[in-house]
Amino acid sequence: MSWYLTLPLVIPFVASIIAYLLRSSPLGAWVSIIGSGLGLIASIALMVVVLDAGVIAGQMGNWPAPFGITLVADLLSAVMVLITAITGFAVAIYALGDITERQAKLGYHALFQILLAGVTGAFLTGDLFNLYVWFEVMLIASFGLLILNGGKEQIDGGVKYVALNLISTILFLTGIGLLYGMTGTLNFADLALKVEEVENQGLLTVVAMMFMVAFGVKAAVFPLFFWLPAAYHTPSFAVSAVFAGLLTKVGVYALIRMFTMVFDHDIGFTHTVLLWVACFTMVIGVLGAAAQSDFRKILSFHIISQIGYMILGLALMTPLALVGAVFYLVHHIIVKANLFLIAGIAKRLTGGTEVYQIGGLYKSAPFLAILFLIPAFSLAGFPPLSGFWAKYIIVKATLDLEMWFVAFIALAVGLMTIYSMTKIWAEAFWKPHPEGIEPELKTLPNKAAQLIPVAGLAVLTIIIGLNPEPFVVFAERTTAQLLDPSPYIAAVLGETP
Amino acid sequence: MEQILSVLIGILVASAVYLMLARNLLRFLFGLILLSNAANLTIFVAGRLTPGAPPLVPDGMDAPVGVVANALPQALVLTAIVIGFGLFAFALILAFRAYQSLGTLNTDEMRVAEPKEN
Repeated sequence: MSWYLTLPLVIPFVASIIAYLLRSSPLGAWVSIIGSGLGLIASIALMVVVLDAGVIAGQMGNWPAPFGITLVADLLSAVMVLITAITGFAVAIYALGDITERQAKLGYHALFQILLAGVTGAFLTGDLFNLYVWFEVMLIASFGLLILNGGKEQIDGGVKYVALNLISTILFLTGIGLLYGMTGTLNFADLALKVEEVENQGLLTVVAMMFMVAFGVKAAVFPLFFWLPAAYHTPSFAVSAVFAGLLTKVGVYALIRMFTMVFDHDIGFTHTVLLWVACFTMVIGVLGAAAQSDFRKILSFHIISQIGYMILGLALMTPLALVGAVFYLVHHIIVKANLFLIAGIAKRLTGGTEVYQIGGLYKSAPFLAILFLIPAFSLAGFPPLSGFWAKYIIVKATLDLEMWFVAFIALAVGLMTIYSMTKIWAEAFWKPHPEGIEPELKTLPNKAAQLIPVAGLAVLTIIIGLNPEPFVVFAERTTAQLLDPSPYIAAVLGETP
Repeated sequence: MEQILSVLIGILVASAVYLMLARNLLRFLFGLILLSNAANLTIFVAGRLTPGAPPLVPDGMDAPVGVVANALPQALVLTAIVIGFGLFAFALILAFRAYQSLGTLNTDEMRVAEPKEN
């Protein structure tokens, strides 16, 4: 049983070691692709098992929970691991056309695999301190990837990224210490039981807020998001795609995990805070995007705004809202990573990312234009693409609670998203290139490696959009597990919860 | 003992915040390391202090006898120190590289990746 849980972690680490040894040879990139492919197979296997069993748990080193480190996969973990593997695989292929020899020599492929391992580990662990360790694995790999080129911009963005993330890490660590002091345990399942016995519930809320801030920095919510638009537009496109798709979502996952399972003692307070945070995040993110003119900066601010929708789903805490949050997570990772990959192709074809200084893509590269329209419309919530259903479910949940104003904000932000997407469309695709360049896809080096992952992710978006039923049913099952953690607790602690 | 350590943590956090508010990147990093030490001490104190009772298992037994110190916080702190040390080493090198390529450690002047000021 525990092989299903450990393989998605072991494969990237092994791939990372081999890729590091082969970093000077072109084979390194292929090791990364094969590793990600095997990881994808392993996470599909995990998904199949979890779909059947509900929750599976494995005790590392055979120390029984809550004393040892537990790896757990419920439906939420399994789907996050699967989507990580899909994104990782797509970006690993894309790296063939994006990563320079110099970057590969500096260890890009090894760091990339470690990043995937860190993200996967954070999704699979059932232990709070272990979650901290996976966060660090992820963080150190992302530091390395961010400044791999060592240019001025990367270093500048890197300083801000490193500084704010380290503060959040320390806050997380302090929160872990205080929570351990109150409950005497760090195992999620055990915590869910023990927090009810804590006498001073007020103090528990204080610790909950520390976690909210710590994870909030990782998830880039208002008012803690400043590191994201300062850094995400600087690294190479493959790196920023995987950052944009996955890293903030680990923060969202941690928030969902902690604030449905452990900190559900004072929903009236904590989730109201989350509601405000969500609304501000949506609005500020989308307004920030409207003010930008760089392809990747626009997309970076949209990450923030979209995070708001997921937090909104968590804040409402109704079954339907959580279904929306889970659906949104899955949809968003695919779409966002894809848009960053497309930004990379656009840059190589037109020579820039500043949308006012490029153009002509629609005329000379219509295929790319279609590939852009799919994720862009999905992001903005056009039917019948995946983003429409995600937004629809969340807005429906707010309407059910008769929160008219929140529903209005969510819809208005969707409209503003269209504004930014049309800006990219009109400037980068529709208008002729100001310097008269007619970029053609034919001239793209390593064309297949760049277009296949983009097309693959676009097809996934369409599949989710045209056939949302199984995904919504899946999200409903996931939500049922989140709202009633007793199967999770039983799987971790054995039959006597 | 708990009170003394708690006060010490408070002093560490206060100095850390003071340092981190500075514009100089190096001062910020020194503040960061003080803060991470404060976090480590917090874990240590939160695990309750039991002086003079090492958690050793006597010969021929499976578990320690009587009241012994909690070993888990020490394991956690040790892990956190190692990780914090690695991250700090990275951050120091980053600050050095930033000084080399940007020519300043003043965070207000680091605006290469930011929009131009009007």
